[in-house]
Amino acid sequence: MTKSRNVDTSPPVSDEVRTSTCYMCACRCGIKVHLRDGHIRYIEGNRDHPVNKGVLCAKGSAGIMQQHSPAKLRAPLLRVGERGKGEFREISWDEALALAAKWLGDIRASDPRKLALFTGRDQSQALTGWWASQFGTPNYAAHGGFCSVNMAAAGMYTIGGAFWEFGEPDWEHTRYFLLFGCAEDHDSNPIKGGLARIKARGAKFVSVNPVKTGYSAIADEWVGLRPGTDGIFVLALIHELLQAGKVDLDYLVRYTNAPWLVIRNPGQADDGLFARDGEGRPLCWDRGRNALANAEAADVSPALRGEYRLPDGRTAVPAFQIMAERYLDPRYSPEAAAQATGLGADVIRRIAAELAHAAFAEEVVLEVPWTDWAGRRQERMIGRPVALHAMRGISAHSNGFHTCRAIHVLQVLLGSIDSPGGFRYRPPYPKSAPPPGRPTGHADQVGPNQPMKGAPLGYPQGPEDLLVEADGSPRRIDKAFSWEAPLAVHGMMHMVITNAWKGDPYPINTLFMFMANMAWNSAMNTGGVQRMLTDKDPATGEYRIPHFIYSDAYYSETVAFADLVLPDTTYLERWDCISLLDRPICSADAPADAIRQPVVTPDRDVRPFQTVLLDLGVRLGLPGMVDADGAAKYPGGYPDYIVNHERQPGIGPLAGWRGANGEAEGRGAPNPKQLESYIAHGCFWEHELSPEQRYFKHANKAYLDFAVAMGFVAKPEPIVLQIYSEPMQKFRLAAQGFGPVQPPEIHRRRVDSYFDPLPIWYPPFEEAAVDGAAFPLHGITQRPAAMYHSWGSQNAWLRQIHGHNRLFVNRKTGEALGLQDDDWVYVTSHHGRVRCQVRLMAGVNPQTVWTWNAIGKRAGAWNLAPDAPEAKKGFLLNHVISDLLPEQAGGYRYSNSDPVTGQAAWYDLKVRLEKAPAAEAGSSGPEFAPVGLPPGMPERPKVLRYGANFRRR
Amino acid sequence: MTSLPQGPTTKKLGLVIDLDTCVGCHACAVNCKEWNTGGHSAPLTDFNPYGAETAGVWFNRIHSFEAGEGENCRTVNFPKSCLHCETPACVTVCPTGASYKREEDGIVLVDADLCIGCKLCSWACPYGAREFDESDGVMKKCTLCIDRIYNENLPEQERVPACVATCPASARHFGDLGDPASAVSRLVAERGGFDLLPELGYKPVNKYLPPRPRRDQPGATGAPAALAALSPAQDSPSGFLGWVDRLLSR
Repeated sequence: MTKSRNVDTSPPVSDEVRTSTCYMCACRCGIKVHLRDGHIRYIEGNRDHPVNKGVLCAKGSAGIMQQHSPAKLRAPLLRVGERGKGEFREISWDEALALAAKWLGDIRASDPRKLALFTGRDQSQALTGWWASQFGTPNYAAHGGFCSVNMAAAGMYTIGGAFWEFGEPDWEHTRYFLLFGCAEDHDSNPIKGGLARIKARGAKFVSVNPVKTGYSAIADEWVGLRPGTDGIFVLALIHELLQAGKVDLDYLVRYTNAPWLVIRNPGQADDGLFARDGEGRPLCWDRGRNALANAEAADVSPALRGEYRLPDGRTAVPAFQIMAERYLDPRYSPEAAAQATGLGADVIRRIAAELAHAAFAEEVVLEVPWTDWAGRRQERMIGRPVALHAMRGISAHSNGFHTCRAIHVLQVLLGSIDSPGGFRYRPPYPKSAPPPGRPTGHADQVGPNQPMKGAPLGYPQGPEDLLVEADGSPRRIDKAFSWEAPLAVHGMMHMVITNAWKGDPYPINTLFMFMANMAWNSAMNTGGVQRMLTDKDPATGEYRIPHFIYSDAYYSETVAFADLVLPDTTYLERWDCISLLDRPICSADAPADAIRQPVVTPDRDVRPFQTVLLDLGVRLGLPGMVDADGAAKYPGGYPDYIVNHERQPGIGPLAGWRGANGEAEGRGAPNPKQLESYIAHGCFWEHELSPEQRYFKHANKAYLDFAVAMGFVAKPEPIVLQIYSEPMQKFRLAAQGFGPVQPPEIHRRRVDSYFDPLPIWYPPFEEAAVDGAAFPLHGITQRPAAMYHSWGSQNAWLRQIHGHNRLFVNRKTGEALGLQDDDWVYVTSHHGRVRCQVRLMAGVNPQTVWTWNAIGKRAGAWNLAPDAPEAKKGFLLNHVISDLLPEQAGGYRYSNSDPVTGQAAWYDLKVRLEKAPAAEAGSSGPEFAPVGLPPGMPERPKVLRYGANFRRR
Repeated sequence: MTSLPQGPTTKKLGLVIDLDTCVGCHACAVNCKEWNTGGHSAPLTDFNPYGAETAGVWFNRIHSFEAGEGENCRTVNFPKSCLHCETPACVTVCPTGASYKREEDGIVLVDADLCIGCKLCSWACPYGAREFDESDGVMKKCTLCIDRIYNENLPEQERVPACVATCPASARHFGDLGDPASAVSRLVAERGGFDLLPELGYKPVNKYLPPRPRRDQPGATGAPAALAALSPAQDSPSGFLGWVDRLLSR
């Protein structure tokens, strides 16, 4: 039987192919959706798309099952039972929106701050933030406060750009790539592709991560340090480079504030600030003229060390000298770092030597002439091919801001920021460090029935930009931009429920959330948060958080706690824009943005959240959403807004095909056919930079002129990299008793300690606060490549890959505790304990245990069977992570967050392990009562034969 | 018993899988699933998809494990699917002729019309690459996307198996391993590609590329083991900084 059978090798694939943008994680890849008879036959990566270039990950490839999930919400729901039980009745959209408008309208007429709008994993923050401003509440943010804010802030205050997906290693030219604790839900396909490219070229890839899975598994070298010690590791690398003189001095004087003179005047109000001339320009010492000079001038030869006398007699020294003195200290020696990290001092020395070798012995020269910011032609681009990248492993610690700043400073010292082979900005970055926008929400900016004249979130330049009352107490419900978290530039979503429940700093009326599983895996102290949401004031019998409106497409754990549920569409059913005003899809070589278009029609009574928000805006008469006569300004909903909304004249959500006829890019009048143009071009727009614009964007005239034309920056001025951060010093001076806005006594010492203008390292807070003998192990999570947060577990295919999670323990550590594979253990922290099942492994730091994030589910949620492994064997580490730090002297409890940015410190967790008694083994804990299903949810199929109909017989 | 083609097939289509860059992300497995659940062997049935003990038919599965102990242990991500052996036991053991190897390209397929679901082939396959679909009562397996690779309804560059098209880390390659000049054959030659369990004698067509040597020892990149500190000048600590005194201009 060797002859060919009748095999159909050319079956028709689809009747129609529609392009769109994936939303199975935050990577935002281009997809091509093949449709057959109106059903999704196949989803593949779009080959032309700048993000993924044709590939698609496991999550994206499972989009069909997300669309066919039996957990999709079907209609607006009104709670009829107690919160948390999942007892609802379906109501009409008219009823739902009228009710929401009533609650919100009452708030707006009295005190708009009583609305807290927090939007989770929102890819439409340009809309939602603007909506909050128009409503008039400063209590707005998305999920950045518990995700990445210390990374974002550290980057923006240092280089005017950031890691995550806002920059990228120069995959084509780098010789040495150092990756710190990476999560696989942002930029994941570009990183995988980049790793393959650099490995093929023979560049070295070092992964710094306590856990050797995922990308770490293919690294040339795995640096499995102790969690939270990356900062001291990096500062020791800096120590070694400084001691050997292996820094790029030319780069430092051209592009950084290293030569800016810092006033030395201890105990005075100007100590540590930059010396400035009468016009406010920073000064340097010009060695050519032996005189003080404008540090921003092109024709100076700045000194990097020495002590100089200012005209008024004060003395000042270059920032570089202050930095060098700091890091040459033995506190930052490889030996000192070895002790903290658990690495060998020889390993740290070798990596420093390898960085220097790659940067200076393997420099990359591109024969591309370019013009610098001062208009001087440069014949070539000289690069330092060392690239660093960092994500969750840095951000999820209370020392993450400083660690991330240290990483950027290391890159700056090597001259590798936006140089060939280094870290590259993705437009619209770089912006000035920090960017100019400041947070809005001061007392005179908020009032009944009035919008706020500005965005809720911004970048404080100093204490005067904090949103605090005269007594120093917070003005925002999450305490962002207060003395607890002055640079909380993404807000602090993780503290909203705790604070609202306590009425600290004040009670609110309505909590309005979108796409954030805050009653489950997005919360610290998950059980506590559930109790806060269900807690009633005994005096009134009312819930302490009176109203909770929630929008989600699926029956997540949080839905059961809402009073009013606004069911969203899936990502394949709606319009979206992935905007340059928000978080676009640019590469370093090409600004780009994208849309989603509806690919299939909803079969349920659901509406896109963004359209619903605009509808509510009309019902509330919010400025910008209604005409003078009160009629809807965007009657077509979100797609109408995407096309016609202008943030500044000519600048709207999408940059492509602007102008009446689609002839303009960046700036131009709204184009009624803009969405059609996007669809005709694969649902994305991309503008390739010319070769001369592609590097040194912070100081490249051709690029900066372009950035001004596009509205990315206001002026074509160089963006000076800030190794020494003056805004940080301003906060410190306030803590030391200077200036009109000072912290309350209780916060003074903390602000003084952590607002160091140079990067510092300190042990993570929980580690410092708890007894190391009682809690000897670090507990962290990793994010599997095949699962994104909550959303994956309802997916019939993905849950076959990750249906439950184990606690991974270093084999030697586990054996010393008498543990074997499959044993059940209790994981106990100062806050609580969970029960879970163990798997021993070698590739993990011996003092660290870890598990996959967000696999555990509450029984009954997501329309999974109550006995699903996600509920029976899966578990969340969140239950043992406290939302608050242990009490300070004086009784105050800070949030479990980075003291600079308020970033949630998930990975500061310290735990101990104990074998569970046999009688308690067999299922995970804590256990929650199964939640009921809302009306109308479909029955779960016993057998799924998806695709059978597509086969041609 | 089912017989094999007379002599080895000249064309040997297969996969080359690079264990140096595979990060174990499951992209290939899930994309395979979504293509093939509507393809030649449709559907790839899932049982109890939202309940306990869920299980489904997958043509490609990723096994992640550790090899070795302690510091030298290696995390291995190992994708596994049918290897389209030159002398596949799964074919010769088939009592009905359902399992067969194509003469024109060497692809091993199952003819669902002839399969009686006896599972002898899955017992015979040493690689565990066969998947029984209880719902259809027939054996299913990787077809090397036979409904893609020759499919005239697809643009030419998409005529590769779904797992190859989607792999984000370029760890999967497709081609004719019977042609020594093909890109995949050259890759195997250059990188020391190897057979899985060659001692069993089934001559798998698919090859695996071994991880490249790790460079985590001194000297691996040409750098010294440590940087030499410049000698401090007298006015320490800023004496360390004598080297910054060369005249720098913008």
